[in-house]
Amino acid sequence: MPTLTRRSAMVAAAGVSVALALTGCSKASTDSGSSGSGSATNAAKALNIVFIPKNLGNPYFDASDAGGKKAVEALGGTYSQVGPQTASPDAQVQYINTAAQQHASAIVISANDPKAIGSALTQAKQSGTKVVTFDSDTDPQYRDIFVNQASPDGIAKAQVDGIAKQIGDSGEIAILSAAANATNQNAWIALMKEDLTKDHPNVKLVDTVYGNDDDQTSFDKTAALLQTHPNLKGIISPTTVGIAAAARYLSTSKEKGKVALTGLGTPNQMRKYVKDGTVKEFYLWNPTDLGYLAAYAAAALAKGEITGKEGDSFTAGTLGDYKVGADGVVLLGDPTAFNAANIDKFDF
Amino acid sequence: MSEKTYPAYAHPLWRRLLLSREAAVIALVVIISMWGYSNIPYFGDTLTLTYLLLDMTTILLIALPMTLVIITGEIDLSVASVVGLSSALVGLLHEHGLGMAASCLAALVVGLVCGAFNGFLVAYVGLPSLAVTIGTLALYRGIAVGLLGTTAVTDFPTGWTDQAATIIGATGIPTVMILFLVLAVVFILLLHFSPFGRGIYDIGLSSEAAQFSGVDVKRTKLLLFVFTGVVSALAGIYFTLRYGSARGDNATGLELQVIAAVLLGGVSIFGGRGKLPGVIAGVLLIGVISSALRLEGVTVNVINIIIGLLLVLSVLSTSVLAWVSDVAARRSRGKAPSQTPAGVASQ
Repeated sequence: MPTLTRRSAMVAAAGVSVALALTGCSKASTDSGSSGSGSATNAAKALNIVFIPKNLGNPYFDASDAGGKKAVEALGGTYSQVGPQTASPDAQVQYINTAAQQHASAIVISANDPKAIGSALTQAKQSGTKVVTFDSDTDPQYRDIFVNQASPDGIAKAQVDGIAKQIGDSGEIAILSAAANATNQNAWIALMKEDLTKDHPNVKLVDTVYGNDDDQTSFDKTAALLQTHPNLKGIISPTTVGIAAAARYLSTSKEKGKVALTGLGTPNQMRKYVKDGTVKEFYLWNPTDLGYLAAYAAAALAKGEITGKEGDSFTAGTLGDYKVGADGVVLLGDPTAFNAANIDKFDF
Repeated sequence: MSEKTYPAYAHPLWRRLLLSREAAVIALVVIISMWGYSNIPYFGDTLTLTYLLLDMTTILLIALPMTLVIITGEIDLSVASVVGLSSALVGLLHEHGLGMAASCLAALVVGLVCGAFNGFLVAYVGLPSLAVTIGTLALYRGIAVGLLGTTAVTDFPTGWTDQAATIIGATGIPTVMILFLVLAVVFILLLHFSPFGRGIYDIGLSSEAAQFSGVDVKRTKLLLFVFTGVVSALAGIYFTLRYGSARGDNATGLELQVIAAVLLGGVSIFGGRGKLPGVIAGVLLIGVISSALRLEGVTVNVINIIIGLLLVLSVLSTSVLAWVSDVAARRSRGKAPSQTPAGVASQ
């Protein structure tokens, strides 16, 4: 019998200690949250913009959200960044719901699914929260404005003009793409072909190969390209994985500096290849500017300055004036060119 | 009735219930809810309850059969992949012109087949369920992603998708909870009030002893895996309708959330112990903690750390308690061979 009394005492003790541990945790968050709750009650009046990236801990979104933070703070509002650990739509819904419940002035989100977060966004809009998508859009009816990083035409033209400039506007080039059925890649490649025939008749596209956005496959395909086409003067890789793998191959091959390489890449991946001379210039939109513009669009919506209809215009701080296009799309502008002169200013 | 036979039952029922793991978990849910109600802005809204239940529905559903599987000492890691497969299948069939009802029925049948395949390999071929379901986790997910590729099917009839998020009157409780309650009652009756359920505990404590005492171990295990398959497929249909989007990668990683909730609810990973009310409270506990912390603006990483620590603490408390009572039993009985109280099967 004494065993059992002791045992039940232990159970009770364990229960109490777990409860204490929890209230301990809770206490801590009350303290840190008490200031937050004060600002939350004023949320209806003050500008309060919530950024929801596809997932947290992603350098690309850290860069874009840093731009958002700068803009929101310049406007005197409250900035917060919340989001799931992995890029799944259902996890994003929870954060949309929370932001809507707190009556945030606006949500700025990169959608993990064009439709799955739709009903949550609609509910948020109904409770007075404005919705801006950036980077990845939803179906148009679920948001007020989509801030588009770059138009397909702009992306295609920057890369084609770039490679033409680097190879002296004549000679053979090839494309190292991602997957053969990747929609955006194929759209860009089609536009690049049009640009080539129109503006650069002496630049000949001899081959398109697919590295499947896999580092090793892209590396091997680059090697194969150079063997099959000995007269190749340039490669365009409109994918961040492809361009980095191609640069890695070229940097140690005898073609380094002889075969030009450009495409879409991130400064952190490409920095060493720009510095060692393998790559002269590559392109990508500037995510920090993208977040900055999205925050200004959200603020303009929240203040009632614009409604998101075609023809509305607003000023986005240091980026200047922007106009809302068809379907509520705001275009950031032409892609940014990264080269030895400016690459050290970027960290993403 | 059994007070004289088993030392662990020396206390009246109400006292045993009050001091049980289940009661501790339920108490935690109540304490945290009350604390959130008075301290966190907006936590008291009925919307919080709505969102919490909607978010946890898939986990609540799958946790029911998963509890039974874990009590037998087995595990099913393929559940989230079955959710994805069911979602992809509903999307694909609907896209090809099959009616919603027929598409859903087909998904349920596929869920049944998936579960039966797991169950056959575990129960009749005798392979370890951990290995089998790691394999089918990849297999079913692979098929799901293969069916739809990177595309999503989203053109579901709004009548169906709206139904997935409707609320019962002004209660804030989603209508889908009725479906959950019905299933919960069925599984509680099955596990706690039927010979089949007693067989499940017997298998968890000792598969061989269960066999000798007349439990059809193979058939029981097969059936339990079929249950998880079908319920996971049902959860997949719900998931698809709730988000209006059928994707092969839907609910990736959900299996670990389900298992975490089951263990938090007091089920032993080694089998033989645990109760469904505790598991339901375990799921709600995770839901309440996450939604309270989210409203407080705590980031997802910190939320995961807190839930992870809670899980470790709860598993640890079981082991420590078993060890303490074992030591105490040895002392009180002198050098007599230790006998673990029936309630705490030491591992």
